[in-house]
Amino acid sequence: MTKSTSTLNAGDPVISLHNVSKWYGQFQCLHNVSLDVGKGERVVVCGPSGSGKSTLIRCINRLEVHQEGQIVVKGLEMTDNIKSIDAIRRNIGMVFQNFNLFPHLTVLENLTLGPTLTRQMKKADADELAMHFLRKVRIPEQAQKYPLQLSGGQQQRVAIARSLCMEPEIMLFDEPTSALDPEMIKEVLDTMIELAQSGMTMIVVTHEMGFARTVADNVVFMADGRKIESAPPEEFFGNPREERTRAFLDQILKH
Amino acid sequence: MTTASPQFPAALPAYDPLARISAGDWLKKNLFGSVWQGLLTLITAAIFLRFAWFVLDWGVINAVWYTSDPDVCRAAAGACWAVIVEKHRPMLFGLYPYDEHWRLVLMMAIYLVTIVVSLMPRNWNLRLLVPLWVIAVVSIGVLMFGGVLGLRYVPTSEWGGLPLTMLLFTGTVLFGMPVAVLLALGRRSPLPVARGVSVVFIEALRGVPLITILFVAVNVFPLFLPAGVEVNKLLRITIGIAIFFACYQAEVIRGGLQAIPRGQYEAAASLSLTYWQTTRRIILPQALRICLPAITNHIIAAMKNTSFVIIIGLFDILTATTAVMQDPLWRKFYVEAYLFVAGVYLFFGYALSLYARKVEGWIASGRI
Ligand SMILES: Nc1ncnc2c1ncn2[C@@H]1O[C@H](COP(=O)(O)OP(=O)(O)O)[C@@H](O)[C@H]1O
Ligand SMILES: [Mg+2]
Repeated sequence: MTKSTSTLNAGDPVISLHNVSKWYGQFQCLHNVSLDVGKGERVVVCGPSGSGKSTLIRCINRLEVHQEGQIVVKGLEMTDNIKSIDAIRRNIGMVFQNFNLFPHLTVLENLTLGPTLTRQMKKADADELAMHFLRKVRIPEQAQKYPLQLSGGQQQRVAIARSLCMEPEIMLFDEPTSALDPEMIKEVLDTMIELAQSGMTMIVVTHEMGFARTVADNVVFMADGRKIESAPPEEFFGNPREERTRAFLDQILKH
Repeated sequence: MTTASPQFPAALPAYDPLARISAGDWLKKNLFGSVWQGLLTLITAAIFLRFAWFVLDWGVINAVWYTSDPDVCRAAAGACWAVIVEKHRPMLFGLYPYDEHWRLVLMMAIYLVTIVVSLMPRNWNLRLLVPLWVIAVVSIGVLMFGGVLGLRYVPTSEWGGLPLTMLLFTGTVLFGMPVAVLLALGRRSPLPVARGVSVVFIEALRGVPLITILFVAVNVFPLFLPAGVEVNKLLRITIGIAIFFACYQAEVIRGGLQAIPRGQYEAAASLSLTYWQTTRRIILPQALRICLPAITNHIIAAMKNTSFVIIIGLFDILTATTAVMQDPLWRKFYVEAYLFVAGVYLFFGYALSLYARKVEGWIASGRI
């Protein structure tokens, strides 16, 4: 049993943020944000642009460093300690708005790089694992192509498969469909829905309210670096408590 | 007042990229479009023809190709290529003992085969390259130094000519490129010490002429060594040239590193790759591809910097030729001799350019 699981009791949240604050220079972009995510829970984060959504989830795998508060992932606190950062990152997959695939590697190489380098997997095993996840995202026939030869939707599905090859317990998505043409959004969302149904713990920053309604256990609304409101989707969409949430929903659902 | 009817421009002639034009039309359009243009064309053609005629007349028609008598050359109106035939051995091999020149010929053959094999992408696997290079380095070492297998020992102070140029050049690139990469990485490192050392190193060495660095490597550096320790002069000067090369190359590579978007680092971090895994597998392959043309540029320049070995009294191909041309009997024909050396440089320089262009093609087509 690794240290990361030993301190965790059943029912404890897998991700727990407690009063997290962050500044860029003088500018405070997160104000005392607290959030608990249980195992298998799906949380959708929404809010106006610049409200700190990306910053928040990037703090969870330390692509950004928070200055105050606590971030605990599977019982392990995120500190400067390189070992704890590494242990936490191994449990977390991340999908970016711009895919961030490695353009000089084939799709298959993109997928096997992590497993062979950080999980010491043999090449044949890694290839098999990669093909397994490429079938899951329904593009096994693209394995030998380079990322830039694929459509945006296909690239994003490759990116999802790449994260899954690390067999993480938690997946973070930062506006995974915002860079896509409308006709490709559905294929990516379908992949994410299947992933959610498989029991993956997910935090998804998105403006796709349809996705939030079908998949989310909880919807979080952020504005100006603060968590304004958090509620299950029926309540969040049907009866938002805060004025700002209502204004945001009015705006976004009108379109 | 009458209302002006709208003026429609005449329809543009349809552009057909595949249209063929006749030779006459092409000439008219590109060379004799106007009086002024026609005049320029004629003047250029006249200058070119005059030069071409001179080359033909001097270099071929009236040239002396083969004689061991310099007076025959003096009597001729054209070039004396015979000087190259006569003097090619000291020019190509410098001070290396005359009877041992066959060793250098063999060494160059091994060298060229090794390089050509190593440059072909289909041979890029370590199981071939490691044994190949071990064999090449050992056999070239044995051939150059001797002292074993009944070969006469030849100290580095007697090395020279084209083999010396080749060794210096290869040493510079093989030693300089990794240093350049490390300096470039260091300059962008999050560690203040690594950054500081790299910045000081690059800025200090880029700011002084190569000759100064070589002077330090040759004359000052030994003063810092403990008594009794001696580092071969040739090695010292190779390292000097290599470090100078590395400082310029580091800045080129840094440009390539800067072109890599932040998302690449973030994706690598989210796969929990380490710094060196990220650098080696994600960042450098992309960065080096981006700045390959500029890298090639400095590599070609490095080939020519090898002539600086003169300052330790070694004769590379250029200096060896200068020395050979001191011979009063043949001194008059130094132009032909230097043209020959220029041809050798041009051959290697152009081969490098062609190869670099090929690599760019392979990269563009995704082959490497
Ligand atoms: N690297 C940075 N330096 C300074 N300010 C930043 C940086 N990244 C983000 N910000 C600021 O922090 C705030 C939150 O940004 P972000 O988390 O990207 O918002 P969102 O993802 O909700 O659009 C914004 O006001 C943004 O301008
Ligand atoms: Mg964002």
